[in-house]
Amino acid sequence: MTTPETGILPQHLLGIEGLTRDQISLFLDHAERYASFGARDAAFGRPLDGRTVINLFFENSTRTRTSFELAAKRLGADVINMEVGASSISKGETLIDTAVTLNAMHPEALVIRHADSGAVALLAQKVNCAVVNAGDGAHEHPTQALLDALTIRLRKGRLEGLTVAICGDVAHSRVARSNIHLLTTMGATVRAVGPRSLVPSGVRAMGAEIFHDMREGLRDVDIVMMLRVQTERMQGNFFPSAREYFRFFGLDREKLALARPDALIMHPGPMNRGVEIDSDVADDFERSVIRMQVEMGVAVRMAVLELLSNRTGREVVK
Amino acid sequence: MSGLTSSPRVAWVNARLLDPASGLDATGAVVVENETIVAAGPDVDVSGARVVDCAGACLAPGLVDMRVQLREPGFDHMETMRTAGEAAVAGGVTSMVCLPNTDPPLDDEAMLEFVARRARLVGLPKVYAYGACTVGLEGRALAEMAIMAGSGACGFTDGVRAIADAGIMARVLNYAATFNLLVIQHPEEPSLASGVMNSGALATRMGLSGIPREAEIILLERDLRLVAMTGARYHAAHISTRESVRLIRRAKERGLPVTCDTAPFYFSLTEDAVRDYRTFAKLSPPLRSEDDRLGIVEGLREGVIDCIASDHSPQDQDNKRQTFAAAAFGAVGLETLLPVSLELYHSGALTLLDVVRRLSETPARLLRLPGGRLKAGDKADFVLFDPEAPWQVDASAFRSKSKNSPFDGRAVRGRVLTTVIDGRKVYEAC
Repeated sequence: MTTPETGILPQHLLGIEGLTRDQISLFLDHAERYASFGARDAAFGRPLDGRTVINLFFENSTRTRTSFELAAKRLGADVINMEVGASSISKGETLIDTAVTLNAMHPEALVIRHADSGAVALLAQKVNCAVVNAGDGAHEHPTQALLDALTIRLRKGRLEGLTVAICGDVAHSRVARSNIHLLTTMGATVRAVGPRSLVPSGVRAMGAEIFHDMREGLRDVDIVMMLRVQTERMQGNFFPSAREYFRFFGLDREKLALARPDALIMHPGPMNRGVEIDSDVADDFERSVIRMQVEMGVAVRMAVLELLSNRTGREVVK
Repeated sequence: MSGLTSSPRVAWVNARLLDPASGLDATGAVVVENETIVAAGPDVDVSGARVVDCAGACLAPGLVDMRVQLREPGFDHMETMRTAGEAAVAGGVTSMVCLPNTDPPLDDEAMLEFVARRARLVGLPKVYAYGACTVGLEGRALAEMAIMAGSGACGFTDGVRAIADAGIMARVLNYAATFNLLVIQHPEEPSLASGVMNSGALATRMGLSGIPREAEIILLERDLRLVAMTGARYHAAHISTRESVRLIRRAKERGLPVTCDTAPFYFSLTEDAVRDYRTFAKLSPPLRSEDDRLGIVEGLREGVIDCIASDHSPQDQDNKRQTFAAAAFGAVGLETLLPVSLELYHSGALTLLDVVRRLSETPARLLRLPGGRLKAGDKADFVLFDPEAPWQVDASAFRSKSKNSPFDGRAVRGRVLTTVIDGRKVYEAC
């Protein structure tokens, strides 16, 4: 299906929801090109030379921030990292003040992570530069979904027609939401697998099938996408214990055997070994693409920063 | 045990067979080989079997008592697995399910395995257990329900404590629904249940603090909404008010996965039993009014109330020989379960088959336990009883270690003659 916006990217990347198949493909195609260059900086051509990218993180992050920083640097940009503890800033006006202040410094792009759903969209209303959502609460984490999609596409050659099981704490996961939007848009079948306490029935309306029995949920899937389970959710609030979680919803050899023989294992990291994933499965050289996901993360973020930079109102022709 | 010389086949003939599962109520025989029923019905081949003449007595599936407090471990001075087991078989109970309110509580798989092992050692009735819904029965953190289910827990409950916090109850139900586990609630809003007897004129006259029936109704109403929200299987234990019956009836009509039980106290006694400050009639929930009692009888007749359970709650003298306010709640019930339930038959409220159904077939089916049927291939767990035999309850003769019964001295009709478990006679009336 084509829309008038086909081929035109929005000013910001706030989420996957609402992106068309062509827009997603555009990001993925660019990212794939960067991925093929490897780490040879010279090949990238420094398209953001002399521009500034600000990483504004209101929530602790090492992996995602580093990945964005590296992506921006490989594009030739100057990078400023601002880690603002969520507690050290009062919500509301001060948050907006921060954005207004940073906007006055004319960065090329603001990469923002915040613990509250919708916070990145709120800040985006106050700035002229491109805003990239690096994760907002339990809402969206679009670059994670793009890097997952790129990983799958490189390994499987396609997204359409695949069956993907997203397993674990779907309720609190922005990764799950972005992936459900992306994969369903691209024509994949998505299953949400987990206990009722961690899989809200609302994901059905987002296009995912729900499975509360992991064995059923993994049957004949092409991709097993595990989610990280926060340990504080394992203390009787949503689940009795890590032990019980692992027994029923942890990915081990036995459950994995129900997936297709060539099924890939994915995880956004960092992993809780022995909680949501067994060590030998996570380290399975043939099937685990967890390290490849990290690698694709840089390529995807380069593509996103490049495509969104200095192009307010400009059409990007495929 | 029968000696080596006897035939491995035993035919219990000339019995009035009562099998609610098949609707059978007819004179016939049950043939048992070793531990198993091989035939049951009006015309079965008894050739080659050692014959036991039942002389027209009723032969029904052994009672499945779905609500028993065993007190072991932790409170062995009130009851043990052995004394409760002896009381059970004397009452015609061949399977019983214990609450997790022991010390330590049954909130992990090791405790369930302990109960199973102890029950095997005692070797009387089959003992099953409920696991705790929350750690330490504290109503906060979810217990390992799925692991416990794998270790034999046949349902989940916080025992005599209600899960009062709506958010936690929603979580418990939601989680239980993941694994299709049954959640059993003591439906009583604790903030309304600080009293010691039913609210009303009698409590006022006696100067005792009351527990309004609304304590039960409000929690039940709330739970039913949470059941509709989560889709979990829910069972309300020992309901005591007419309004509770109405709520459950309506929930069933709406197709919710809801069931309930009551205890003999609530269809045979009223708050009048606590006059003279009789602490043996201090129960939780409290005995209610005559109108509520009639409502419970009606619920049983209609089948809105699925099961009758003894709600066996042993208390020692120290806990009951107290002022009414200070005394503990609860009464023993294993040995009076059948005769008091038979009052429903004698009063014409229920058929004999339906009394047996609520005591054996329904609880077994609900908890997915073996038993509750007279069916070829099933274990030979049954009870022989005379539904008419008059006698007077004498609590001092109870096998139970505790004697706290509000039925002491009551004239009843219906007596257990023989109890058979796995083909083995474990009780015979003298």
